[in-house]
Amino acid sequence: MTVIPNHITETEKKIWSLLETVTDPEVPVLSVLDLGIIRDVKVQSTEENNFKPIITITPTYSGCPAMDVISMGIRMVLLQAGFKEMEIKQVLSPAWTTEWMSAEGKDKLKAYGIAPPQYKQAVCTPDAFQQEEAIQCPQCNSWHTTLISQFGSTACKALYKCEDCKEPFDYFKCH
Amino acid sequence: MNASLINYTLHLADNALTIGHRNSEWCGHGPVLEQDIAISNIALDGIGQARNFYQYAASLSGNGATEDTLAYLRDVIDYKNLLITELPNGDWAQTTLRQFLFSTYQYFFYQQLEKSTDRQLAAIAEKSLKEVTYHVRWSSEWVIRLGDGTEESHKRLSNAVTELWNYTGELFIPASYEKELIATGIAVDLSVIQPLWQQKVSNVFSEATIAIPDKSFAQQGGKEGIHTEHLGYILAEMQFLQRAYPGAEW
Ligand SMILES: [Zn+2]
Repeated sequence: MTVIPNHITETEKKIWSLLETVTDPEVPVLSVLDLGIIRDVKVQSTEENNFKPIITITPTYSGCPAMDVISMGIRMVLLQAGFKEMEIKQVLSPAWTTEWMSAEGKDKLKAYGIAPPQYKQAVCTPDAFQQEEAIQCPQCNSWHTTLISQFGSTACKALYKCEDCKEPFDYFKCH
Repeated sequence: MNASLINYTLHLADNALTIGHRNSEWCGHGPVLEQDIAISNIALDGIGQARNFYQYAASLSGNGATEDTLAYLRDVIDYKNLLITELPNGDWAQTTLRQFLFSTYQYFFYQQLEKSTDRQLAAIAEKSLKEVTYHVRWSSEWVIRLGDGTEESHKRLSNAVTELWNYTGELFIPASYEKELIATGIAVDLSVIQPLWQQKVSNVFSEATIAIPDKSFAQQGGKEGIHTEHLGYILAEMQFLQRAYPGAEW
């Protein structure tokens, strides 16, 4: 989860609130803060008495095509807010985990029809035919659901079906 | 030292890109929709991992190299991927078996690379390992399902084993540039992961009621740029746009 540091300057505060408005293009109810991909915000003073934000982000999955769009989205809101220079850095370690998703983000996902990642994450192991995680249907709240595929409509989701309301649904899978 | 590190990083990038490209050929042709989506996701993970390695190799090389010039403007003899990654997909049994043999290798490999003294390689490994864990799980389930399935599926998987087995020896033979990096703790010591790979493959094969071939001839050369005839066709397709319209951007 993204913890906004205490003791920060007014400019940094402003940047954090701007980041709140940048959303994931594939799951537009989630902001980049909900996703937990903002790892650091720093501000550098420039020669012209301006401030240059330096934002550090981490990808959800190596091949996630949303990352480039998200970087562009961050750049756009900062430009609109009057920052002239900025740097968006990408780090890979520590690797992103669904545990960094905010509690609010999880609620928003469920309201959007996507089962949120489990609060207590199941251990991901390579063993074949392991017991499936019990995932609650986001439509009817039934626990009577079955895994269809570990791979879904985007890299971060698995595909489930509900045995009660019979609807298929996406699960933001353990990572 | 730097030249070896670049070559090693390119070898890892080329592995991920080549198998990613092969898997992407299934997109729209998978046996059922869910599996089409699964293999396309696995392709995407591979290409994403390749990008991370290429970006790092480009930063080490300088000279205006970018991830794109490295992927699109190097020729067959410059590619350092393992031969098994460039072989044609064959049928679903051959594709999923190749994925299992290679993902299992990547799984143990990245576990070691995570401890590399090179921090960027370690970071890419840490990131990739989470994705590969899903690939091993998915592909071993297919190997077991097909091997221990019908007479037809068992026959197809057995044929795939015959087809691919001679390409597995290369996984554990270090290239010239790799040896000095193993000594300095940058590269993975392949002798450490070989028994782990053998154990996992033997467990899954036994569940799949498939025997491990006893012959040990190893096709090799990919890591040093000596490839099968298949890689040229992959590059011809993958690199066409950048060759025809140099510098074109999406
Ligand atoms: Zn339901």
